[in-house]
Amino acid sequence: MKEKIIVVLNKAGLHARPAATLVQTLNKYQSVIKILKNDLEADAKSVIGVMALAAAYGSKLKFIADGPDEYEAIVTIENLFDSKFGE
Amino acid sequence: MSVDDKDIVLEGIAASAGIAIGKVFLLEENFCFVCKEVPKSFREAEKKRFDDAIEKTRSEFTITYNRINDVLGENYARIADVYLLILDDPTLKKNVYKLITDGINAEYALFKAIDKIIHFFENINDSFFKERKVDIQDVGKKILANLFCKKGKNLIRVDEESIIIANNLTPSDTVSVRGKKIAGFATDIGGKTSHTAIIAQGLAIPAVVGLKNISLLVKAGETIIIDGDKGEVVLNPSSKTLLHYKNKYDLQLSRTVELEKLKNLISETTDNHKIFIFANIDHSDEVPLILNKGAVGIGLYRTETIYFNRDSIPKEQEHFDIYYRVVQEISPYAITIRTFDLGGDKLTKMGLLNLGFESNPSLGLRSIRLCLKYPEIFISQLRAILRVSVLGKVKLMYPMISCLAEVRAANAILNKVKEDLRRENIKFNENMEVGVMIEVPSAGVVIDSIAKEVDFVSIGTNDLIQYMLAVDRVNENVAYLYDPMHPAILRFIKRIVDEGHKARIKVAMCGEMAGEPKYTPVILGMGLDEFSVSPSQIAPIKKIVRSVSFMDCKTIADKVLKLEDSKSILKEIDLFCETRDINT
Repeated sequence: MKEKIIVVLNKAGLHARPAATLVQTLNKYQSVIKILKNDLEADAKSVIGVMALAAAYGSKLKFIADGPDEYEAIVTIENLFDSKFGE
Repeated sequence: MSVDDKDIVLEGIAASAGIAIGKVFLLEENFCFVCKEVPKSFREAEKKRFDDAIEKTRSEFTITYNRINDVLGENYARIADVYLLILDDPTLKKNVYKLITDGINAEYALFKAIDKIIHFFENINDSFFKERKVDIQDVGKKILANLFCKKGKNLIRVDEESIIIANNLTPSDTVSVRGKKIAGFATDIGGKTSHTAIIAQGLAIPAVVGLKNISLLVKAGETIIIDGDKGEVVLNPSSKTLLHYKNKYDLQLSRTVELEKLKNLISETTDNHKIFIFANIDHSDEVPLILNKGAVGIGLYRTETIYFNRDSIPKEQEHFDIYYRVVQEISPYAITIRTFDLGGDKLTKMGLLNLGFESNPSLGLRSIRLCLKYPEIFISQLRAILRVSVLGKVKLMYPMISCLAEVRAANAILNKVKEDLRRENIKFNENMEVGVMIEVPSAGVVIDSIAKEVDFVSIGTNDLIQYMLAVDRVNENVAYLYDPMHPAILRFIKRIVDEGHKARIKVAMCGEMAGEPKYTPVILGMGLDEFSVSPSQIAPIKKIVRSVSFMDCKTIADKVLKLEDSKSILKEIDLFCETRDINT
């Protein structure tokens, strides 16, 4: 199991398009990936779940990946957030 | 018609600017369904029916995606991506399946599953995220329509100059009206950032959303007014109100015509001083948009996006394929390709290089410094740029230059790459112009030396201001100090322009400052040759350029260069604009 805490730094937060990019990217991984925000938990492969987190600019998210490609998944997540989803 | 004309004003949310006067076209989409018990032996078939509806909806969304992509480009089309993902959402599917397994019919199961999600979203405090529920509702409605095998009312039959009224519009509805002269949109639900609003803005159609119950209040065919600036809709308008809005509409029309006319006009001042207005782009697919906005070239092509979301440093051929498309599309206009401008910290995080920890990445190993240290990254990009240089007017620009030695070192690598290409018999433009971005203050100080060894310079104001004033403008505690009108900045820019001209080279500006109409007269008056701005700013900047005289601009530039604080500088600019009736 791999974990990573990430702060949302794109201006509009994890709104529809970044959420879509995140889910599309993570669908390629076999690992089960969860996102925790305070007491909320979402399946990172569910766009509804990700949007429901209402992760605005500055939110702290904890990603937990569990599976054969968990390491790669976490690195990819970091890259996505670093690139601010290319926005 | 009512007994007497009396305005009924509905207040909503201004979603897309402009005034529209037209006849109502009502888009109804109400379904009636009941909760039915499905016998055990039919439940698998019921799931299959649900799956079929999903597949049908998927093909509709794909068509929508392609259509939006054609009309507005990929950025907007990504909206349809969200719809596809909602359609495939594992949680939604699981919940619907579970309800069907319990014996509920597909329609009601879907309704219940969506309703539960909507309820959750309604409890979110952040209105921006709360609004995303509309997307989920839209998808639900589309699936439901396919479960019923019912087609929604087709917008293709809408009359010209109609105002479309609906409970809500999906992006596919919104975009299907393309090519028709729809006057406006008004919907019961939605907010400023709803997808319908974004697309209406893209199509420049006035829209008001969040009107709660307008779809129940209007009758098809009646005349109404949409005020997309104020976010109001006027039903049953009096003749006085109609006249008032008619005048506003005419004014808006002439303004649009004016900006549209500007598209094909050259950017020159009233006393025939010509300057160039180019566009800044990040992606190859932005070229059609900027041409449509009247750009006469690309003054800054940021190549960083090529490095994102990948697991290795891009190869020469990948660079080439991307540049090939951009150069082909922008030709015969010129394009300035800026080489790699990322921080080493980014590459390390992306797993493309391991450069270790940097305590201060913005002053660290980045951009040109990284290219000089790891020439293999630089060389693959330089080879690709040289190879496309024969296909159009291609210029090369180095970012983050801080001293002459760096220019020389970069050029030494460039010359070596050229030699290699000659040896390999690969054609390139021997006279390709090479310039540098002036964004590090030291480069501006020694601009006289640098200008002698390059073909052009472009002032990158965003970083230049940050470095000069020692302000991180993203840091809200000090962002107020980020001030493009700081006398130090203006005097410095003036120096760069003057020294550039002394060396007989062109001086451009590609930072955000170039795209702010308020600053245009001053930087124009300082003698800047080229403005490179974001696509939306091309027409507004051109409008200012065409409404002032170069003489006047020189006078105000000289005047503000003598002032001692930005407050009085801004005051002087406001006075300049006011007396000339310039709207910035």
